[in-house]
Amino acid sequence: MATLHTRSAARLMIAPSVLLLLAWMIVPLAMTIYFSFLRYNLLMPGMEEFAGFSNYSYFLTDPAFFQAIFNTLAIVLGVLFITVVGGIALALLLDQPMFGQGIVRILVIAPFLIMPTVAALVWKNMFMNPVNGLFAWVAKLFGLQPFDFLANAPLMSVILIVAWQWLPFATLILLTALQSLDEEQKEAAQMDGASAWSRFIYLVLPHLSRAITVVILIQTIFLLSVFAEILVTTNGGPGTQSTNLTFLVYAQALLQFDVGGASAGGIIAVILANIVAFFLMRMIGKTLEA
Amino acid sequence: MGNITLRNVSKVFGAHAVIPSIDLNINDGEFVVFVGPSGCGKSTLLRLIAGLEDVSDGEIVIDGKNATELPPAQRGLSMVFQSYALYPHMSVRSNIGFPLKMANEDKAVIDKKVADAARVLNLTDYLDRKPRQLSGGQRQRVAIGRAIVRQPKAFLFDEPLSNLDAALRVNMRLEISQLHQDLKTTMVYVTHDQVEAMTMADKIVVLNRGRIEQVGSPLDLYHKPDNLFVAGFIGSPRMNFVSGSSATPYKAHTMGIRPEHLVLSKESGTWSGTVGVAEHLGSDTFLHVNVDDIGTMTARVSGDFAVTHGDRVFLTPDAQRVHRFDDKGLAIR
Amino acid sequence: MARNVSTQRKIVVTVVAWTIGILIFFPILWTFLTSFKTEAEAIASPPSLFFFDWTTENYHEVQSRSNYFLHFMNSVVVSFGSTLIGLIIAIPSAWAMAFSPTKRTKDVLMWMLSTKMMPSVGVLVPMYLLFRNTGLLDTRTGLVIVLTLINLPIIIWMLYTYFKEIPGEILEAARMDGASLTKEIIYVLTPMAIPGIASTLLLNIILAWNEAFWTLNLSAAKAAPLTAFIASYSSPEGLFYAKLSAASTMAIAPILILGWFSQKQLVRGLTFGAVK
Ligand SMILES: Nc1ncnc2c1ncn2[C@@H]1O[C@H](COP(=O)(O)OP(=O)(O)OP(=O)(O)O)[C@@H](O)[C@H]1O
Ligand SMILES: [Mg+2]
Repeated sequence: MATLHTRSAARLMIAPSVLLLLAWMIVPLAMTIYFSFLRYNLLMPGMEEFAGFSNYSYFLTDPAFFQAIFNTLAIVLGVLFITVVGGIALALLLDQPMFGQGIVRILVIAPFLIMPTVAALVWKNMFMNPVNGLFAWVAKLFGLQPFDFLANAPLMSVILIVAWQWLPFATLILLTALQSLDEEQKEAAQMDGASAWSRFIYLVLPHLSRAITVVILIQTIFLLSVFAEILVTTNGGPGTQSTNLTFLVYAQALLQFDVGGASAGGIIAVILANIVAFFLMRMIGKTLEA
Repeated sequence: MGNITLRNVSKVFGAHAVIPSIDLNINDGEFVVFVGPSGCGKSTLLRLIAGLEDVSDGEIVIDGKNATELPPAQRGLSMVFQSYALYPHMSVRSNIGFPLKMANEDKAVIDKKVADAARVLNLTDYLDRKPRQLSGGQRQRVAIGRAIVRQPKAFLFDEPLSNLDAALRVNMRLEISQLHQDLKTTMVYVTHDQVEAMTMADKIVVLNRGRIEQVGSPLDLYHKPDNLFVAGFIGSPRMNFVSGSSATPYKAHTMGIRPEHLVLSKESGTWSGTVGVAEHLGSDTFLHVNVDDIGTMTARVSGDFAVTHGDRVFLTPDAQRVHRFDDKGLAIR
Repeated sequence: MARNVSTQRKIVVTVVAWTIGILIFFPILWTFLTSFKTEAEAIASPPSLFFFDWTTENYHEVQSRSNYFLHFMNSVVVSFGSTLIGLIIAIPSAWAMAFSPTKRTKDVLMWMLSTKMMPSVGVLVPMYLLFRNTGLLDTRTGLVIVLTLINLPIIIWMLYTYFKEIPGEILEAARMDGASLTKEIIYVLTPMAIPGIASTLLLNIILAWNEAFWTLNLSAAKAAPLTAFIASYSSPEGLFYAKLSAASTMAIAPILILGWFSQKQLVRGLTFGAVK
């Protein structure tokens, strides 16, 4: 396998990817760092000046910032919780013999294929709208006051929408893992007199641990930067109640044209993501090695 | 012409010298078998010859030309892998024809050569199947077919039979030997099964930890092992070794005697002991005897020698067949 | 007896699973149905599920008002373009990492994956400015470049895991049989990896089709793919559910159909080769 010839060919073939990704990592990031030390507003071109850490202190003392961090984590953890627990339950259900399993699977996959903007708009208008939404109609059917989801529980609503989109992903991965569980192992456990519950705890759950890790890793990557769902439903509001870090930086940059401030926010987001990534990678490294 | 010469060939993986330095000559038309325990470097040596690994030092000469730097494709050798390494997406026909296609042969030539090879190997009825629709033995034959169509200077086999069941293994062993007689092409064959080595080889190369322990014909190695390692490795069941005071009468540090060269008696003999396990094979019986002061020895006796567990027996080595070794483990001749 | 119990159980499971499946799918079904209603029917109370006057008027309206077809083509070009370019760059890299690994291969892979961890907002500002200054803002080319880069690590990772399953001996056999490196990749590796490549292709087309950070921020009108086109329907006023539904249906239908038809590859791809 490894001759000098193949090794040098390998190096040559790997180079484009590495160089591209290296450039993609370094160039914009360096620019962001540079901008983050400038007073730089797109509405006032030519007025750039060195600003020291003022952008950072501006960002770090902004109450919206802490709200955004909280919201970011709430979205990640909330969605992970719903999708992992729901995914395990659904996977266990779909693993049972039933009629029309293929069709049910198609139905369950569907939300994953829906673009975030569509998902968010459909939920916002046709379901959560307090006047014309289906939920309002159901509430009225039971004689209840319709609930204005996006105004009164904006973060919950966003989490719900995003969880709906990611539930299929978790379900399918867990289902695939479940199906690879050795039948004989299950039978052996049954022979040993293990109850359904202890089979689940001691056999199924450990078998799923690798799949759960994959679900958490991949979803976290995407959930840290939820954007479109917020943009089209709540626009971060009311106030900043549903603003996450991504949205906060976006608003600073493209709504207020404050390049310096947005860049500082971007850098903070990168640092936070790295902290999360550090722990994730260690977890993944351990699980995937095995 | 397919003679292969290794001069001073060594291979280092990282800091680990898998093959310290080897000199070896393989003559045209010879059937050479590399044997040795697992991990001794047999596959590595074969892959060095094939060009799938670079040598760390030394020279490989194939057919009189220095091939050390040549990529595998240009060495004119064919290889049969342990896993067969058939192309799963191609039919048997395309698998066998692949080397010819890579050599840009005409379609008509390819078809003819594939048909010939298939006839020789009894694969004609299976040409349009995919490898996964074949049995183990048939896959093995496809791999061989792919190797022979190119009319290589030499064939390299890396434990080609180890994935087959016992009966099929015996069959394929015969087929490969037959093939060698028909083609008269050099074959280099790796195995850790010494029965394969003994039955197929013109010349056996015994390897241990990347070093050649001995090179010779099967009977040479059986009758005149150069050292303890070869003596212990060739022959089944293993040769019995006796050292210390019991070896002194033989003027050796260690004396060795094969199970089939021990004479058993219920009355008298050189050594005495108690029968432990008796393995009855029908024609023969292998007796594991706990010999007083020496330890366990294996003896081969005829199937009708009636003893059971716990019986006292006497063993006498056939003086003509005793092997003597010095304190470095080398044979005393 | 036992047979009866298991049939009963199967029926119960079927009912529960179908109910949950339909509930999960319901928002999509509802959108589809609403797209064939008039605006008045769309917000009628009580809502009607199937019994209304089916009309395709909304679809005509959407196309005439905002040129759906242009945005559809933008989505196609951007998602297919970025995925294909990504594959062409990634196949050799994945080959190298899977079949000629070095001590650092694992680290390189982890590093590549970690570039995905960098939040997009971290580089939003410079990318926006770079694109503005180079005229790439609101162009298909610009979007293809960005989406290729953000999906490249996933493509490489997926291909790598698929290639790893291919026994190295088969590639060595090809080498012994006289195949050059290029021929080895074209005749042996690629055909053997077709299922993996198909899954990779599919999943990345879906990811690119649905990508909604860069497409929203770096395109305006000309190059806006369907994600951005739909976002323009987010203005809070007016009775427009039917038209919104029609536009939504058109935006999701292509990828939904593609995904359903290639379910097997999709499921395989979804696991990123990490779960078997
Ligand atoms: N690519 C490699 N990198 C590092 N060490 C290697 C490599 N290939 C083989 N080795 C080491 O070289 C030694 C010889 O390996 P080799 O595969 O040649 O043994 P073998 O005689 O064929 O054994 P077996 O009978 O089990 O096939 C082993 O100790 C192995 O661990
Ligand atoms: Mg070997």
